[in-house]
Amino acid sequence: MISAYTNARLIDPASGLDTKGTLIVNNGKIADFGPDVTVPDDATVTDCKGRVLCPGFIDMRAHSVDADAALAGGITTVILQPDQTTLIDSDPVVERIRRRAEDTHTVNVYPMGAATRGMEGMELAEIGQMKASGAVAFTDCRKPVSSSQVMRRLMEYASYFGAVIVQFPQDVGLANGGIAHEGEIATRLGFAGIPAMAEVIQIERDARLSEMTGTPIHFALISSREGVEAVRAAKERGVKVTCSTAPHYLHLNDNAMEGYRTFAKVSPPLRSEEDRLALIAGIADGTIDTVVSDHDPKSEDVKRLPFGQAAAGIVGFETLLALALGPVHAGKVDLITMLKAMTATPAALLGVPGGKLEAGAPADLVIFDPDKPWRIDREAFRASAKNTPFDTLPVQGQVWQTIVGGKALYSGE
Amino acid sequence: MSTQQTDTQSYPRAEVSPPSGHLFPHKHLLGIWNLDPTAIKHVLDVADAYVEQNRQPKKSSPKCAGLTQINLFFENSTRTLMSFEIAGKRLGMEVTSMATGSSSIKKGETLLDTAATLNAMHPDVLVMRHADSGAVKLLSEKMDCAVINAGDGRAEHPTQALLDALTIRRRKGKLHGQTIVISGDVAHSRVARSNIYLLNAMGARVRLVAPPTLLPKDVDRLGVEVSHRMDEGLKGADVVMMLRLQQERMQGAFLPSLREYYRFWGLTRDTLKYAKEDVLVMHPGPMNRGVEIASDVADDLDRSAIEEQVEMGVAVRMACLDILTRNLRGEDAV
Repeated sequence: MISAYTNARLIDPASGLDTKGTLIVNNGKIADFGPDVTVPDDATVTDCKGRVLCPGFIDMRAHSVDADAALAGGITTVILQPDQTTLIDSDPVVERIRRRAEDTHTVNVYPMGAATRGMEGMELAEIGQMKASGAVAFTDCRKPVSSSQVMRRLMEYASYFGAVIVQFPQDVGLANGGIAHEGEIATRLGFAGIPAMAEVIQIERDARLSEMTGTPIHFALISSREGVEAVRAAKERGVKVTCSTAPHYLHLNDNAMEGYRTFAKVSPPLRSEEDRLALIAGIADGTIDTVVSDHDPKSEDVKRLPFGQAAAGIVGFETLLALALGPVHAGKVDLITMLKAMTATPAALLGVPGGKLEAGAPADLVIFDPDKPWRIDREAFRASAKNTPFDTLPVQGQVWQTIVGGKALYSGE
Repeated sequence: MSTQQTDTQSYPRAEVSPPSGHLFPHKHLLGIWNLDPTAIKHVLDVADAYVEQNRQPKKSSPKCAGLTQINLFFENSTRTLMSFEIAGKRLGMEVTSMATGSSSIKKGETLLDTAATLNAMHPDVLVMRHADSGAVKLLSEKMDCAVINAGDGRAEHPTQALLDALTIRRRKGKLHGQTIVISGDVAHSRVARSNIYLLNAMGARVRLVAPPTLLPKDVDRLGVEVSHRMDEGLKGADVVMMLRLQQERMQGAFLPSLREYYRFWGLTRDTLKYAKEDVLVMHPGPMNRGVEIASDVADDLDRSAIEEQVEMGVAVRMACLDILTRNLRGEDAV
């Protein structure tokens, strides 16, 4: 079966291509694309009406598959975190998740495995076994591997398998008991704080361990100006570090906690305005490599509690594009850079298919209108929970179609 | 947008009903942060009258007869709980108290379930203390009645700040222009926070004196002076408010020992010499004698207002109960 997407603004962030044209899909794969492509007679034609057509988003950090929500967000590949009901710390669990995703023919799912057994930071998890079963990276999720010795061994061992290690950069000692960014707002609201230095100390230690072992390291969810600077300095030294952040850190600062709003409770915490601006600048200059949703559905039962007891987390799939486009519309980050952080870069980092417009590549695509204004409405979410601090926020940029393996699995207005 | 600019959103203003004519236009008393000087002054004025009533042989009045007050304390307290009980009874309220240690609630129902249960009993005032900052505000959102915060986490303890202010106003004649030192464990203290907001609102000059480990980050941005030394910090003080030091602060490595704390930050006759001659010494209680305050300072009848604070506590709480139940008694605009 042949489909043609005509009148599209084709963007391939990997190559920098940005042109009006047509893309042909044949048998679930990209057959051809460009400004002068002729549409075969037997093709089913979709007129994109000038909308952007680019590789589907590869969301490098999600705590739930939530396929319907992912598709509505233009996400074609979900990288599942190991903190599932059954912890992903052995190869049978990895296999089960891979098989379930393949059987349901929906969004692509690749799990990350736990880096240490039980994510307890003491013994190495079976990285080789899990990698052979399809785990794409290894992380203890929101628990940093705090022992330097374990981290060193982990990196040395992982290098043999070429396994990617993802660290949550937060020094456990400094963060101890904290629930919010340490600063004026936390002081006034009466919260124990997590200083930005907790992030820096972990980044700097692990960057040194990376130098020592030669193993690359990826830091998930940078939240502070100092964190961005630490990563930038490590990169300048030639250390193989990469890092990500999430759209809520680009849109909110710790003021969002005012009134004890638990929807603004995330880990790492929302930080100051200065930090927010530094993160946007970090994406613009390439210090921050990937933008992830950190999609984390949490029921009202665990959110409608006093701030200190409430669970951290935000549902991010369906707001990923619109929020990521915020700094683009504000002129702070260019469109291709932002899209690259959600497509080609995560694909290359993890070695997963997709992320590029390339003849022969799987037709995992998203078509979106970058300018369309709409208002975020949590009631309309397809996600399994509706914990978002962005309800009613006016945004620009909406997904029109999400195509996985050549099939349009989501169509919006 | 700087971090300072959304001040008005904290403790979103309680419903104003009716919107005009009220000196205290709030449904609840959740904190001092959102009170303006007029509202604070009004509470103090009403409380002043109750001080006189409480000194009469017949202390009770049937003003709030028929109304129900529930005291719900998720954190241990004796004096604040008793103060609220006596305040309610002197106004003729039906008072029920439920005190439960902070550990037992974790096993049981959630706070909002508790709120629904209590709400179904139709109380007219709910007084609540909880170990989590913001917990009282959360509960107030689900209650139909007036809610008074009797202390939430490290966030606020508004009636303590009001009773402290009443004590100072009666002793010194005014709050405006007074130099008031708050000394001790500011980091973990809701009393300190409420007092900072209230004293700032009333035009006093607030200075914090504490070891660096017991001061929260960016506290100077709340509009206070900060010092780490008692001699420097107490200079020119009209009032010294000591905070209670929790004995377990050694565990988090905040301090090495109580002995050392007393030597450098204890309030003694010697350190008090740096303050004004007629300095007023206050403490929210219960005191750790020989830790944050020397016995002879605490017991100095000329300077210490510590017992008076307890007396003012009942009057202030009566004033709060009175003001928040006015609409129920058909007394609207004052």
